[in-house]
Amino acid sequence: MPNKTFFWFFLPTGLAMILFIGLPIISTGIQSFYAQHDQVVKEVKKCDPFGCTVSIVVDNEETTKIRDAKPLGKFNGFGTYTDRNHLAVDEIKKFWNETESFGAFVDQVTNLPFYKALIFTLTYCLFVTPNVLLLGFIIALSLNAVARKIRGPLIFGTILPMIVTPLVGSLVLFWMIDSQGIIGANIQNLMNDPYLSLKSSKTLTWITIIIYGIWHHSPFAFVVFYAALQTVPQEPIEAAIIDGASRLQRIKHIVLPHIYPVVTFVALISLMDNFRVFEPIIGFSAEGSAQSLSWLIYDNLVNEEVILFGSAAATSMMTIIGIAILLAPVLIRTWKEFKTAR
Amino acid sequence: MRKILVTLLFLLFGTSAYADCNIKSGSINILANDFPALRTFVETSKQCKGSADFKVTHSSEHNKIAVPALTANPSEFSARIAANSSIVPLMNQDLIRPLDDLVKKYGKGIQDSQLITIDGKVMAVAFMANTQHLYYREDVLKDMGIAVPKTYEEVVAASEKIRASGKMKYPYAAAYKAGWNLAEEFVNMFIGHGGEFFKAGSAQPNINNAKGVATLNMLKKLSELSNPDYLTHDSEAIKVEWESGNVALMTLWASRSGTLLDDEGDAKITAATKLTGPATVGGGNIPAATLWWDGFTLAKNRSDADAEATFRALAHAASNKKMVADAADQAVWLVEGFVPGPKSIGVIEAVKMGAKPYPMLPQMGLMHGALGSEIVEFLQGKESAEQALKDVEAAYISKAKEQGFL
Repeated sequence: MPNKTFFWFFLPTGLAMILFIGLPIISTGIQSFYAQHDQVVKEVKKCDPFGCTVSIVVDNEETTKIRDAKPLGKFNGFGTYTDRNHLAVDEIKKFWNETESFGAFVDQVTNLPFYKALIFTLTYCLFVTPNVLLLGFIIALSLNAVARKIRGPLIFGTILPMIVTPLVGSLVLFWMIDSQGIIGANIQNLMNDPYLSLKSSKTLTWITIIIYGIWHHSPFAFVVFYAALQTVPQEPIEAAIIDGASRLQRIKHIVLPHIYPVVTFVALISLMDNFRVFEPIIGFSAEGSAQSLSWLIYDNLVNEEVILFGSAAATSMMTIIGIAILLAPVLIRTWKEFKTAR
Repeated sequence: MRKILVTLLFLLFGTSAYADCNIKSGSINILANDFPALRTFVETSKQCKGSADFKVTHSSEHNKIAVPALTANPSEFSARIAANSSIVPLMNQDLIRPLDDLVKKYGKGIQDSQLITIDGKVMAVAFMANTQHLYYREDVLKDMGIAVPKTYEEVVAASEKIRASGKMKYPYAAAYKAGWNLAEEFVNMFIGHGGEFFKAGSAQPNINNAKGVATLNMLKKLSELSNPDYLTHDSEAIKVEWESGNVALMTLWASRSGTLLDDEGDAKITAATKLTGPATVGGGNIPAATLWWDGFTLAKNRSDADAEATFRALAHAASNKKMVADAADQAVWLVEGFVPGPKSIGVIEAVKMGAKPYPMLPQMGLMHGALGSEIVEFLQGKESAEQALKDVEAAYISKAKEQGFL
C-alpha cells in the first residue's frame, strides 16, 4: 500500500486513538504529579440522634477558594510515585540499612503494597502466559486431528470459557471451592482437615486464580492457533512423512516455524491481558490474599470513601510502563525481523 | 375475582387518600443502599410524589457512585440516603446543601432529635438507627448450659465449648470480608477497648499501641472459631451460614434481623434465634460496637425546585407514623410513633450501654480503608500484630499526606 493511501486509511483510527487513548493517558500522567491541597479544617459542634460532640470538619469556604485558584491541586512532583504506597524509596533504603540478611530485606519489601501487587501480577503473568500458549497449542493440534464431523461442536465447547463473562466464570468456581462447595468439601475430606480452606490460604488462592486464568485464556490461544494451523502447507509435511519424520519432529521443524509469527502475537496479547489481571480477584473475593496492580488502582478509586486520584494515576502510569518493559524484548525482536525481511 | 377487585380499589383509594403532598413539579432521584428498611422508606416517600418525576437507585455499591454522581452539575441524584460514615465524603467535597429552610417550611412531623446538625446547620435528617450486636441460638446454648455471653471473652469461651462438643465446627460468625467489613469489625473492637483512632486534635494515627494489639488478638481468636473462609464473608454470607444452622453465635447488623427472623428457612432455627445487646471486650464498660444512623441528604448541585420536591417527599416518609407502625420489624426507626419490638433489642441495649457513634471525622475513611487491607496478613498468621498496626499507620499516613490531611 502506498504511504499516502495508508495515511488516509489510518487517519480515522489514529484520531480516535489519540482522542480516546492518547489524551486520557496524558491527562492521567499530569494528574499523577499532583496531590490534594492541604485541608483546611475547623472545629464545630456536631449533633446527631446519639448526642452532640465537638469535632472537626473540612472548611468548605476556604477550600473552595484554594481550589478555584489551583484546580489541579498541589504540585507534588514524583512525591506520589516515591511514597510508601507506591515505589517506597525511603522505606526500601531504611530496610536495606536496618535488616541483617537479604531474606529479611525481601520480606520487608514484599510487605509494601505496591511490591506485593507487583509480585502477584508478575507471578500470574509468568505462570498463565506460557501455560495458555502450550495448552492452546495442544488443543489446536488435537482438534485439527479429529474427524471433521465432530469438530464443530468440539470447537464450540472449547471456546466456551472465553464466551462466559470473566466475573461469572470466577463466581462459579468461587462457589465450588467454598468450604462447603463441591471442590472445597472434597478437598477437606481428602486431606482430613476441617479447617483447610482454599480461600483463606494465600498460596491456594494464588493457585486457584492462576488455574482460572489458564482456563479462561486458553481458548483465545486455541482459536488463533487453530486458524494458523489451517494455513500450514501439506506438501512439506507429506515429504517429511516419506522421509520418516515422527509426529513430534514434524511439529518441531515444520508446523512451529510456520506459525511462529502467530505465536509471538498471542504471547504479546496474553502478556498484556495478564498484566492487567483484575476480574478474578473481585470474583473470588481474593482481595485479602492476592492484589494486582489493576486492583490497587480500583481500590484507590472506589474502595474508600475518599477518592485518591493522584495514587490511582501514579499506579496507572507505572502499569503502562510495566507493560512496555514486559513487551520490549518481543517488540524489539519483531522489529528486527521486520527489518531483515525487507 | 370481585373480592380482589374490591381490595385493589380499596388499596388504590386508600393510598391516594393520605398520600397527597401536593407536589406540583420538580424531579426526584434518590440514591440509597439496598436493604429492606430503606426500600420501605423510599416506597413511602414515593406515595406522595404528586406530579413530580420519581426515580430511585438502590445499590449496595452506593458508596462508589455517590461522590462522582453528586459532583456533576447538575447532579445525577437529588437526594442521597447516607449514614455517619458516608455523609463525610459529601461534606468534605461540599456536595450537600443545608436543610434549615426546608425543615422550617415542610418538616412539620420531623422531630428535633432526627436532625443532624453540623456547625449549627441541618445537613441531614435521620430516620433509623443501626448497630452490630450479638445473635445467639437459644437451643444450642441451653443444651450446653452456657449463659448468654455479655463479653467477647465469654463469646470465645462459649464457642470453644460448642466446638469441643463436636456440635458445630465453626460456631462463631461475623462479617470479616477483607476490606470495608473487616475494618468495621476492627473499629468496633478498638472502640470497645477504649481506643481513639487519632491523637487528640490532629489527624496523626494512634492505633499502634496496647489497645490496638488487644483488638487484633481478639479478632484473631474469633476468626479461628469462624468458618475458614471468613475473609470472603460479608453480612449476607454469614446470614446464609446462620440460616443453614452452622453457627451458634454471631455479630451482625440490627437491620438484618428482619430477614433473619422471617418465615423463610428452617422454622426451628428461626424460632431459636435470639437477639441481645452488643458484647463488651477487655473489661471495658462500653460495647464493642458503633452506633449508626441512616438519614437523607440533598444534593447541592441541583435546582432549588428539585430540592424542594425531594425534601417534601422524603420528609413525608421521615415523619410517617403509619410506616413505622407497619414496618416496625424492619428497623429501629427514629420517627415519632415508633414502638420498639423484640427485633430492636440490639440497638436499644447498645444505646443504654453507652455505645459510641461511628466517628464522623473527615480523615476516618482513609483510616478505615487502610485497616481493611493491612490487617489481613496478621489474621492469616503471616505477621505480628505490631507489624500489622505499623503497616496500617504507614499506609494511612501516605494516603493522608496525598489528601492534604497531614
